[in-house]
Amino acid sequence: MGETAGHVVILGAGHAGGTAAALLRQYGYTGHITLIGEEPIPPYQRPPLSKAWLKGEANADDLTLKPVEFYAESKIDFRPNLKGVQIDRKDKRVTLSDGSVILYDTLILATGARPIALPLPGADLEGVLFLRTAADAEALKAQVGPGKRLAVVGGGYIGLEVAASGRALGAEVVVLERENRLLARVACEALSEFFKGYHESKGVQFELGCSVTGFVGENGHITGVLLESGRIVPCDAAVVGVGVRPNDEIAREAGLSVGRGVLVDLDARTSDPDIYAIGDVTERPMPHYGDRMFRPESVPSALEQAKQAAAAICARPRPAPEVPWNWSDQYDLKLQIAGLPFDADDLLIRGDPATGKFAVFHLKGDVVQSVESINSPPEFMMGKQLIASKKPVSREKLADPTISMKEVAA
Amino acid sequence: MAKITYIEFDGTEHVVDVKSGLSVMEGAVKNNIPGIDADCGGACACATCHVYVDEAWRDKTGSMSAMEESMLDFAENVETNSRLSCQIKVSDELDGLVVRMPESQH
Repeated sequence: MGETAGHVVILGAGHAGGTAAALLRQYGYTGHITLIGEEPIPPYQRPPLSKAWLKGEANADDLTLKPVEFYAESKIDFRPNLKGVQIDRKDKRVTLSDGSVILYDTLILATGARPIALPLPGADLEGVLFLRTAADAEALKAQVGPGKRLAVVGGGYIGLEVAASGRALGAEVVVLERENRLLARVACEALSEFFKGYHESKGVQFELGCSVTGFVGENGHITGVLLESGRIVPCDAAVVGVGVRPNDEIAREAGLSVGRGVLVDLDARTSDPDIYAIGDVTERPMPHYGDRMFRPESVPSALEQAKQAAAAICARPRPAPEVPWNWSDQYDLKLQIAGLPFDADDLLIRGDPATGKFAVFHLKGDVVQSVESINSPPEFMMGKQLIASKKPVSREKLADPTISMKEVAA
Repeated sequence: MAKITYIEFDGTEHVVDVKSGLSVMEGAVKNNIPGIDADCGGACACATCHVYVDEAWRDKTGSMSAMEESMLDFAENVETNSRLSCQIKVSDELDGLVVRMPESQH
């Protein structure tokens, strides 16, 4: 370690920031660590907020990354209810929201992203909700239950997971989506169709290709979502899940290179060598995809970048090249996605979607570029390995679910 | 509560008390023990919490779900005593449990 001992300041105590702090200690970093979080609670997992937690299958304790005592025991100065407001790169100091100033040797920006708010009439009505934080989830949970009508604006992962949890809790759910299919930005059409059918079979209603123009209410509380057609979709609460914006303003103002997020390299380093950025706030390269830059907005990506930054700060080797992946749980469906379908010239469906167990492979020639699997761990696991190895496969074998994935990859 | 010994690939031992109801994975992660990544936080979606359960404890740690079995089947360095530690629930019964970590979770 030696020369690296100093003071690492981490702005943002989400999944990325909390993990970076813990990894620095795991990797033997002996300097000071200050972890600054805007929320009142220590770092926790966000994915369960739309799934197990919302359904009441997990409690707040289950969600925390580490017990609260961990931070003091590990000499990590965790400071809640605070955020960075200005970075002075020349003197290496950050002004915090309480007016105090903190000096750093190394700074990690882990400020995350925030849900996009719809600038529409009625958006400030009580019951127009988002889902990002534990507090958001608490507010949502209070509105969802038997007989309650929930409108979900946006048919992406958050929207669909909330819809599934809403149904599990007995609420009536309608999903309003601007595009003509669900998951339009993040999944293939076969998957969109499958999810729509499955949700419908569980009682969820969909309005696709519809534009939301406002929210209507009575006594300050929402009573419906107004569509462009003039029709009002009645509801007791609405969840808006139409994407996120990176919290990159502090980096822009400090003169760091920023594109669709704070630009970083494969060590999660920004254009300032003493400043790293990790998680949803970043736009980043990925080892298997050359010069392309990404904003993955996923937990696995945040964890990977936390590893990259902690390794670079502790002068350890860079983590092994990752295959990007993600997952979603809805009802009894486990969706697992690996790789990105760039340059794919064909897609192949293995298994029958009607059975609720199948996988979509995106191929370039005979090489797997990405896999989207439903309740099919072998396809996901082996697909991930094939994406990394770029080993060609036989399409005939891959298309035949009676031939095991081990044989396909052999 | 159960005392659990986690042994890293290089032989480093960590002995910690883990509350009943948590998973063996959570016991490692909450104590910042290296070697168990648990990227998905226990959703049985990533197979990065792979451990080898000491022979004496194999029965007590219960049987595998189809999902776990199928994830593990395709993980690296799998042995007959491999488990995903997010799927093993800690109870008083497991006091003294010993698990070892593979060389890598990826």
